[in-house]
Amino acid sequence: MAVPEKLTQTLDLLGSIADRSERIQLLIDLAGRFEEVPPRLAQRPYPETAQVPACESEAYIFPEPRPDGTLDFHFAVENPQGISAKAMAVILDDTLSGAPLEQVAEVPSDIVYDVFGRELSMGKSMGLMGMVGMVANLAKKRVEGAGAGA
Amino acid sequence: MSEIENRGYVHPEVLVSTDWVANHLNDPKIRIVESNEDPLLYPSGHIPGAVEVDWTRDLNDPVRRDYLGKDGFQALLRRLGITKDTTVVFYGDKNNWWATYASWVFHLFGHDNSKIVDGGRIKWLNEGRPLTKDVPSYPPSDYVAAERDDKRFRAFRDQVLAHTNAKKPMIDVRSPAEYSGERLHMPDYPNEGALRGGHIPGAKSVPWAKAVNPEDGTFKTADELRALYEREAGLKPDDDVVVYCRIGERSSHTWFVLRNLLGYNQVRNYDGSWTEWGNLVGVPIER
Repeated sequence: MAVPEKLTQTLDLLGSIADRSERIQLLIDLAGRFEEVPPRLAQRPYPETAQVPACESEAYIFPEPRPDGTLDFHFAVENPQGISAKAMAVILDDTLSGAPLEQVAEVPSDIVYDVFGRELSMGKSMGLMGMVGMVANLAKKRVEGAGAGA
Repeated sequence: MSEIENRGYVHPEVLVSTDWVANHLNDPKIRIVESNEDPLLYPSGHIPGAVEVDWTRDLNDPVRRDYLGKDGFQALLRRLGITKDTTVVFYGDKNNWWATYASWVFHLFGHDNSKIVDGGRIKWLNEGRPLTKDVPSYPPSDYVAAERDDKRFRAFRDQVLAHTNAKKPMIDVRSPAEYSGERLHMPDYPNEGALRGGHIPGAKSVPWAKAVNPEDGTFKTADELRALYEREAGLKPDDDVVVYCRIGERSSHTWFVLRNLLGYNQVRNYDGSWTEWGNLVGVPIER
Protein backbone atom coordinates (compact mmCIF):
# COMPACT_ATOMS: atom_id res chain seq x y z
CA MET A 1 0.00 0.00 0.00
CA ALA A 2 1.35 3.44 -0.96
CA VAL A 3 2.11 6.00 1.71
CA PRO A 4 0.11 9.25 1.33
CA GLU A 5 2.08 11.55 -0.95
CA LYS A 6 2.22 14.55 1.37
CA LEU A 7 3.45 12.37 4.22
CA THR A 8 6.23 11.00 2.04
CA GLN A 9 7.24 14.54 1.11
CA THR A 10 7.30 15.66 4.74
CA LEU A 11 9.30 12.64 5.87
CA ASP A 12 11.74 13.17 2.99
CA LEU A 13 12.13 16.81 4.01
CA LEU A 14 12.79 15.92 7.65
CA GLY A 15 15.15 13.14 6.62
CA SER A 16 17.15 15.55 4.49
CA ILE A 17 17.93 17.74 7.49
CA ALA A 18 21.12 16.27 8.89
CA ASP A 19 21.55 18.85 11.64
CA ARG A 20 19.55 17.82 14.70
CA SER A 21 19.00 21.33 16.02
CA GLU A 22 17.76 22.45 12.61
CA ARG A 23 15.23 19.63 12.53
CA ILE A 24 14.13 20.42 16.07
CA GLN A 25 13.63 24.07 15.14
CA LEU A 26 11.47 23.01 12.19
CA LEU A 27 9.36 20.86 14.51
CA ILE A 28 9.04 23.73 16.99
CA ASP A 29 7.88 25.99 14.15
CA LEU A 30 5.34 23.35 13.13
CA ALA A 31 4.06 23.12 16.71
CA GLY A 32 3.56 26.90 16.60
CA ARG A 33 1.03 26.38 13.80
CA PHE A 34 -1.11 24.10 15.96
CA GLU A 35 -4.80 24.95 15.94
CA GLU A 36 -7.16 23.33 18.39
CA VAL A 37 -10.24 21.44 17.25
CA PRO A 38 -12.98 23.96 16.35
CA PRO A 39 -15.74 24.28 18.99
CA ARG A 40 -18.37 23.24 16.44
CA LEU A 41 -16.81 19.76 16.51
CA ALA A 42 -15.89 19.32 20.17
CA GLN A 43 -15.75 21.22 23.43
CA ARG A 44 -14.25 20.52 26.85
CA PRO A 45 -14.46 18.15 28.55
CA TYR A 46 -13.49 16.14 25.52
CA PRO A 47 -14.87 12.60 25.37
CA GLU A 48 -12.66 9.70 26.45
CA THR A 49 -13.43 7.98 23.16
CA ALA A 50 -11.46 10.70 21.37
CA GLN A 51 -8.42 10.48 23.68
CA VAL A 52 -5.22 9.06 22.25
CA PRO A 53 -4.19 5.86 24.04
CA ALA A 54 -0.91 6.10 25.94
CA CYS A 55 -0.40 9.80 25.17
CA GLU A 56 0.62 11.57 28.36
CA SER A 57 0.07 14.97 26.73
CA GLU A 58 -3.67 14.24 26.74
CA ALA A 59 -4.10 14.47 23.01
CA TYR A 60 -7.54 14.03 21.43
CA ILE A 61 -8.38 13.37 17.80
CA PHE A 62 -11.64 14.24 16.06
CA PRO A 63 -12.32 13.06 12.50
CA GLU A 64 -14.56 15.12 10.23
CA PRO A 65 -15.81 13.65 6.95
CA ARG A 66 -15.24 15.53 3.73
CA PRO A 67 -17.79 15.43 0.89
CA ASP A 68 -15.45 13.15 -1.06
CA GLY A 69 -15.55 10.56 1.72
CA THR A 70 -12.06 11.21 3.10
CA LEU A 71 -11.43 12.59 6.58
CA ASP A 72 -10.08 15.76 8.08
CA PHE A 73 -8.28 15.19 11.36
CA HIS A 74 -8.62 17.75 14.16
CA PHE A 75 -6.68 17.67 17.41
CA ALA A 76 -6.63 18.95 20.96
CA VAL A 77 -3.57 18.75 23.21
CA GLU A 78 -4.37 19.52 26.82
CA ASN A 79 -0.82 19.45 28.20
CA PRO A 80 0.50 23.01 27.80
CA GLN A 81 4.00 21.52 27.57
CA GLY A 82 2.96 18.98 24.92
CA ILE A 83 4.92 20.63 22.15
CA SER A 84 5.94 17.38 20.42
CA ALA A 85 2.31 16.25 20.41
CA LYS A 86 1.35 19.56 18.80
CA ALA A 87 4.05 19.21 16.13
CA MET A 88 2.88 15.66 15.43
CA ALA A 89 -0.73 16.86 15.20
CA VAL A 90 0.18 19.51 12.64
CA ILE A 91 2.11 16.97 10.56
CA LEU A 92 -0.73 14.43 10.66
CA ASP A 93 -3.30 17.08 9.73
CA ASP A 94 -1.12 18.54 6.94
CA THR A 95 -0.29 15.19 5.40
CA LEU A 96 -3.23 12.86 6.11
CA SER A 97 -6.35 15.04 6.12
CA GLY A 98 -8.04 14.42 2.77
CA ALA A 99 -5.67 11.59 1.84
CA PRO A 100 -7.06 8.29 0.50
CA LEU A 101 -8.41 6.44 3.54
CA GLU A 102 -6.95 3.11 2.49
CA GLN A 103 -3.51 4.71 2.56
CA VAL A 104 -4.08 6.51 5.87
CA ALA A 105 -5.21 3.23 7.43
CA GLU A 106 -1.83 1.68 6.60
CA VAL A 107 0.43 4.45 7.89
CA PRO A 108 2.86 2.75 10.28
CA SER A 109 3.17 4.16 13.81
CA ASP A 110 6.94 4.12 13.72
CA ILE A 111 7.04 7.16 11.43
CA VAL A 112 7.50 9.03 14.74
CA TYR A 113 11.15 7.97 14.60
CA ASP A 114 11.48 9.45 11.10
CA VAL A 115 10.01 12.67 12.43
CA PHE A 116 11.72 13.00 15.80
CA GLY A 117 14.70 10.67 15.48
CA ARG A 118 15.48 7.62 17.59
CA GLU A 119 16.37 9.60 20.68
CA LEU A 120 12.92 9.48 22.22
CA SER A 121 11.99 8.16 25.62
CA MET A 122 9.76 5.12 25.71
CA GLY A 123 6.81 7.07 27.07
CA LYS A 124 7.17 9.85 24.52
CA SER A 125 7.46 7.47 21.58
CA MET A 126 4.44 5.49 22.81
CA GLY A 127 2.33 8.63 23.05
CA LEU A 128 3.31 9.88 19.60
CA MET A 129 2.86 6.43 18.09
CA GLY A 130 -0.55 6.35 19.75
CA MET A 131 -1.50 9.48 17.80
CA VAL A 132 -0.46 7.95 14.48
CA GLY A 133 -2.14 4.66 15.35
CA MET A 134 -5.40 6.37 16.28
CA VAL A 135 -5.52 8.34 13.02
CA ALA A 136 -4.88 5.11 11.09
CA ASN A 137 -7.59 3.32 13.10
CA LEU A 138 -10.12 6.08 12.42
CA ALA A 139 -9.42 5.77 8.69
CA LYS A 140 -9.63 1.99 8.89
CA LYS A 141 -13.00 2.10 10.65
CA ARG A 142 -14.29 4.55 8.04
CA VAL A 143 -13.19 2.21 5.24
CA GLU A 144 -14.76 -0.78 6.98
CA GLY A 145 -17.96 1.20 7.61
CA ALA A 146 -18.19 2.17 3.94
CA GLY A 147 -17.62 -1.45 2.98
CA ALA A 148 -20.32 -2.69 5.35
CA GLY A 149 -22.79 -0.13 4.01
CA ALA A 150 -22.12 -0.97 0.35
CA MET B 1 11.74 30.60 57.46
CA SER B 2 10.91 30.09 53.78
CA GLU B 3 7.68 28.57 52.54
CA ILE B 4 9.56 25.39 51.53
CA GLU B 5 11.16 25.11 54.99
CA ASN B 6 7.70 25.40 56.52
CA ARG B 7 6.58 22.21 54.82
CA GLY B 8 8.45 20.05 57.30
CA TYR B 9 10.83 18.19 55.02
CA VAL B 10 13.81 16.38 56.49
CA HIS B 11 16.11 17.97 53.88
CA PRO B 12 14.39 21.17 52.73
CA GLU B 13 17.67 22.40 51.27
CA VAL B 14 17.29 20.10 48.27
CA LEU B 15 14.34 22.08 46.99
CA VAL B 16 14.45 25.64 45.71
CA SER B 17 11.63 27.91 44.68
CA THR B 18 11.29 29.67 41.35
CA ASP B 19 11.93 32.92 43.24
CA TRP B 20 15.25 31.51 44.45
CA VAL B 21 16.18 30.54 40.89
CA ALA B 22 15.27 34.01 39.62
CA ASN B 23 17.64 35.48 42.21
CA HIS B 24 20.51 33.14 41.26
CA LEU B 25 20.45 33.34 37.46
CA ASN B 26 23.92 34.88 37.37
CA ASP B 27 25.41 33.03 40.32
CA PRO B 28 28.67 31.42 39.11
CA LYS B 29 28.43 28.73 41.79
CA ILE B 30 25.12 27.54 40.35
CA ARG B 31 24.50 25.62 37.15
CA ILE B 32 20.84 25.42 36.16
CA VAL B 33 20.09 22.24 34.21
CA GLU B 34 16.90 21.53 32.30
CA SER B 35 16.07 17.88 31.71
CA ASN B 36 12.89 16.95 29.87
CA GLU B 37 11.09 14.07 28.35
CA ASP B 38 10.04 16.22 25.40
CA PRO B 39 13.10 16.95 23.24
CA LEU B 40 11.51 20.10 21.76
CA LEU B 41 10.99 21.95 25.03
CA TYR B 42 14.49 23.18 25.89
CA PRO B 43 15.17 24.51 22.36
CA SER B 44 11.75 26.20 22.34
CA GLY B 45 12.77 28.32 25.36
CA HIS B 46 14.40 27.77 28.75
CA ILE B 47 15.43 29.60 31.89
CA PRO B 48 18.17 32.10 30.99
CA GLY B 49 21.56 30.52 31.54
CA ALA B 50 20.21 26.97 31.80
CA VAL B 51 21.98 24.12 30.00
CA GLU B 52 20.29 20.93 28.86
CA VAL B 53 20.96 17.39 29.95
CA ASP B 54 19.16 15.01 27.63
CA TRP B 55 18.43 11.63 29.11
CA THR B 56 18.82 9.63 25.93
CA ARG B 57 21.85 11.40 24.48
CA ASP B 58 23.71 12.47 27.61
CA LEU B 59 22.98 9.94 30.35
CA ASN B 60 22.51 6.61 28.57
CA ASP B 61 25.12 4.22 27.30
CA PRO B 62 24.57 4.27 23.53
CA VAL B 63 24.80 0.48 23.18
CA ARG B 64 24.00 -1.35 26.42
CA ARG B 65 20.94 -0.71 28.54
CA ASP B 66 22.86 1.15 31.22
CA TYR B 67 23.99 4.60 32.18
CA LEU B 68 27.14 6.30 31.08
CA GLY B 69 30.36 5.35 32.83
CA LYS B 70 32.91 7.43 34.69
CA ASP B 71 34.57 8.80 31.56
CA GLY B 72 31.27 9.80 29.96
CA PHE B 73 30.05 11.49 33.13
CA GLN B 74 33.33 13.33 33.50
CA ALA B 75 33.17 14.53 29.88
CA LEU B 76 29.56 15.64 30.34
CA LEU B 77 30.28 17.68 33.46
CA ARG B 78 33.41 19.19 31.93
CA ARG B 79 31.38 20.23 28.87
CA LEU B 80 28.74 21.86 31.10
CA GLY B 81 31.42 23.69 33.08
CA ILE B 82 30.45 21.99 36.33
CA THR B 83 33.01 21.58 39.08
CA LYS B 84 32.84 19.63 42.34
CA ASP B 85 31.76 22.86 44.02
CA THR B 86 29.00 23.70 41.56
CA THR B 87 25.48 23.36 42.88
CA VAL B 88 23.45 21.79 40.11
CA VAL B 89 19.85 22.95 40.04
CA PHE B 90 17.62 20.65 38.02
CA TYR B 91 14.21 21.42 36.60
CA GLY B 92 12.10 19.99 33.80
CA ASP B 93 8.78 18.94 32.37
CA LYS B 94 6.33 16.39 33.74
CA ASN B 95 6.58 17.86 37.25
CA ASN B 96 10.29 17.15 37.30
CA TRP B 97 10.24 13.47 36.28
CA TRP B 98 13.33 13.89 34.19
CA ALA B 99 14.93 16.41 36.49
CA THR B 100 14.83 13.91 39.35
CA TYR B 101 15.99 11.19 36.98
CA ALA B 102 19.03 13.23 35.96
CA SER B 103 19.64 14.10 39.60
CA TRP B 104 19.50 10.41 40.51
CA VAL B 105 22.12 9.58 37.84
CA PHE B 106 24.33 12.38 39.16
CA HIS B 107 23.99 10.82 42.62
CA LEU B 108 25.26 7.50 41.24
CA PHE B 109 28.53 9.32 40.60
CA GLY B 110 28.52 10.97 43.99
CA HIS B 111 27.57 14.43 42.74
CA ASP B 112 24.96 15.09 45.41
CA ASN B 113 25.46 18.84 45.48
CA SER B 114 22.18 19.34 43.66
CA LYS B 115 18.72 20.79 44.06
CA ILE B 116 15.35 20.53 42.35
CA VAL B 117 13.22 23.51 41.37
CA ASP B 118 9.89 23.10 43.13
CA GLY B 119 7.15 23.01 40.49
CA GLY B 120 9.61 22.58 37.64
CA ARG B 121 9.33 24.10 34.21
CA ILE B 122 5.58 24.58 34.19
CA LYS B 123 5.61 26.69 37.36
CA TRP B 124 8.30 28.96 35.93
CA LEU B 125 6.19 29.37 32.78
CA ASN B 126 2.91 29.91 34.59
CA GLU B 127 4.47 32.66 36.64
CA GLY B 128 5.33 34.51 33.45
CA ARG B 129 9.05 34.37 34.10
CA PRO B 130 11.51 34.92 31.25
CA LEU B 131 12.57 32.25 28.79
CA THR B 132 15.30 32.39 26.20
CA LYS B 133 16.32 30.35 23.19
CA ASP B 134 19.96 31.35 23.67
CA VAL B 135 22.07 28.32 24.49
CA PRO B 136 24.73 29.40 26.98
CA SER B 137 28.33 28.38 26.77
CA TYR B 138 30.48 28.01 29.86
CA PRO B 139 34.23 27.47 30.10
CA PRO B 140 34.92 23.74 30.35
CA SER B 141 35.77 22.54 33.84
CA ASP B 142 38.44 20.09 34.96
CA TYR B 143 35.91 17.87 36.74
CA VAL B 144 37.31 14.52 37.83
CA ALA B 145 34.50 12.00 38.16
CA ALA B 146 34.29 9.18 40.65
CA GLU B 147 33.46 5.65 39.57
CA ARG B 148 29.73 5.05 39.38
CA ASP B 149 28.47 3.51 42.61
CA ASP B 150 25.46 1.28 41.87
CA LYS B 151 25.14 -0.09 45.39
CA ARG B 152 23.60 2.77 47.31
CA PHE B 153 20.79 4.12 45.17
CA ARG B 154 20.28 1.51 42.46
CA ALA B 155 18.73 -1.96 42.57
CA PHE B 156 19.22 -4.78 40.07
CA ARG B 157 16.89 -7.65 39.27
CA ASP B 158 18.53 -10.29 41.46
CA GLN B 159 18.49 -7.89 44.39
CA VAL B 160 14.84 -7.11 43.71
CA LEU B 161 14.02 -10.81 43.57
CA ALA B 162 15.69 -11.28 46.94
CA HIS B 163 13.89 -8.19 48.20
CA THR B 164 10.45 -9.47 47.22
CA ASN B 165 11.22 -12.95 48.56
CA ALA B 166 12.21 -11.37 51.88
CA LYS B 167 8.91 -9.46 51.84
CA LYS B 168 10.65 -6.12 52.13
CA PRO B 169 8.74 -3.00 51.11
CA MET B 170 8.46 -1.87 47.53
CA ILE B 171 6.57 0.95 45.87
CA ASP B 172 5.19 0.65 42.34
CA VAL B 173 4.74 4.22 41.12
CA ARG B 174 3.00 3.43 37.83
CA SER B 175 -0.67 4.09 37.15
CA PRO B 176 -3.24 1.77 38.77
CA ALA B 177 -3.99 0.24 35.36
CA GLU B 178 -0.32 -0.61 34.86
CA TYR B 179 -0.05 -1.94 38.43
CA SER B 180 -3.01 -4.26 37.96
CA GLY B 181 -1.80 -5.42 34.55
CA GLU B 182 -5.07 -4.31 33.01
CA ARG B 183 -3.45 -1.80 30.64
CA LEU B 184 -1.36 -4.42 28.87
CA HIS B 185 -4.60 -5.91 27.60
CA MET B 186 -6.39 -2.69 26.66
CA PRO B 187 -7.37 -2.52 22.99
CA ASP B 188 -5.57 0.11 20.88
CA TYR B 189 -2.81 0.50 23.44
CA PRO B 190 0.69 0.26 22.04
CA ASN B 191 2.96 -2.40 23.45
CA GLU B 192 4.52 -1.24 26.67
CA GLY B 193 7.70 -3.18 26.24
CA ALA B 194 6.66 -6.04 28.51
CA LEU B 195 5.23 -9.46 27.78
CA ARG B 196 3.43 -9.79 31.09
CA GLY B 197 1.32 -7.36 33.09
CA GLY B 198 0.95 -6.93 36.84
CA HIS B 199 3.38 -5.95 39.58
CA ILE B 200 6.19 -7.36 41.69
CA PRO B 201 4.68 -9.32 44.61
CA GLY B 202 4.37 -7.23 47.73
CA ALA B 203 4.74 -3.88 45.98
CA LYS B 204 2.27 -1.21 47.07
CA SER B 205 0.77 1.10 44.50
CA VAL B 206 1.50 4.78 45.02
CA PRO B 207 1.42 6.58 41.66
CA TRP B 208 4.28 9.08 41.53
CA ALA B 209 2.06 12.09 40.80
CA LYS B 210 0.37 11.80 44.18
CA ALA B 211 3.46 13.47 45.65
CA VAL B 212 2.80 16.76 43.88
CA ASN B 213 0.05 19.34 44.01
CA PRO B 214 -1.78 19.07 40.68
CA GLU B 215 -2.49 22.79 40.45
CA ASP B 216 1.12 24.00 40.36
CA GLY B 217 3.38 20.94 40.40
CA THR B 218 4.95 21.78 43.76
CA PHE B 219 5.71 18.98 46.20
CA LYS B 220 3.16 18.24 48.91
CA THR B 221 4.02 18.92 52.54
CA ALA B 222 5.88 16.36 54.64
CA ASP B 223 2.67 15.56 56.55
CA GLU B 224 0.78 14.93 53.33
CA LEU B 225 3.63 12.77 52.00
CA ARG B 226 3.77 10.76 55.24
CA ALA B 227 0.03 10.16 55.00
CA LEU B 228 0.58 8.80 51.52
CA TYR B 229 3.67 6.65 51.98
CA GLU B 230 3.47 5.73 55.66
CA ARG B 231 -0.17 5.64 56.68
CA GLU B 232 -1.53 4.41 53.32
CA ALA B 233 1.38 2.34 51.96
CA GLY B 234 2.82 1.27 55.32
CA LEU B 235 6.41 2.44 54.89
CA LYS B 236 8.60 3.33 57.86
CA PRO B 237 11.57 5.73 57.75
CA ASP B 238 14.05 2.97 58.60
CA ASP B 239 12.77 0.63 55.90
CA ASP B 240 14.93 -0.70 53.10
CA VAL B 241 12.74 0.39 50.16
CA VAL B 242 12.85 -0.35 46.43
CA VAL B 243 10.87 1.82 44.02
CA TYR B 244 10.17 1.06 40.39
CA CYS B 245 8.02 2.03 37.39
CA ARG B 246 8.43 1.15 33.71
CA ILE B 247 12.01 2.19 33.04
CA GLY B 248 12.97 3.89 36.28
CA GLU B 249 12.17 7.49 35.38
CA ARG B 250 8.95 8.04 37.32
CA SER B 251 10.33 6.08 40.25
CA SER B 252 13.33 8.41 40.47
CA HIS B 253 10.77 11.07 41.39
CA THR B 254 9.54 8.92 44.26
CA TRP B 255 13.16 8.08 45.17
CA PHE B 256 13.77 11.83 45.50
CA VAL B 257 10.67 12.29 47.68
CA LEU B 258 11.44 9.40 50.04
CA ARG B 259 15.15 10.07 50.35
CA ASN B 260 15.21 13.84 50.49
CA LEU B 261 11.83 15.12 51.56
CA LEU B 262 11.06 12.35 54.07
CA GLY B 263 14.67 11.46 54.92
CA TYR B 264 14.63 7.71 54.20
CA ASN B 265 18.21 6.44 54.22
CA GLN B 266 17.73 3.20 52.33
CA VAL B 267 15.88 3.84 49.08
CA ARG B 268 16.95 2.28 45.82
CA ASN B 269 15.55 2.81 42.36
CA TYR B 270 15.08 -0.36 40.29
CA ASP B 271 15.67 1.17 36.85
CA GLY B 272 15.20 -2.17 35.08
CA SER B 273 11.64 -1.75 36.31
CA TRP B 274 8.67 -3.33 34.57
CA THR B 275 10.28 -3.43 31.12
CA GLU B 276 12.75 -5.87 32.65
CA TRP B 277 10.62 -7.67 35.25
CA GLY B 278 7.65 -8.10 32.89
CA ASN B 279 9.92 -9.88 30.40
CA LEU B 280 11.93 -12.07 32.79
CA VAL B 281 11.37 -15.81 32.68
CA GLY B 282 10.18 -17.39 35.88
CA VAL B 283 9.99 -14.41 38.22
CA PRO B 284 6.89 -14.04 40.40
CA ILE B 285 4.17 -11.61 39.31
CA GLU B 286 1.12 -10.50 41.22
CA ARG B 287 -2.08 -9.15 39.68
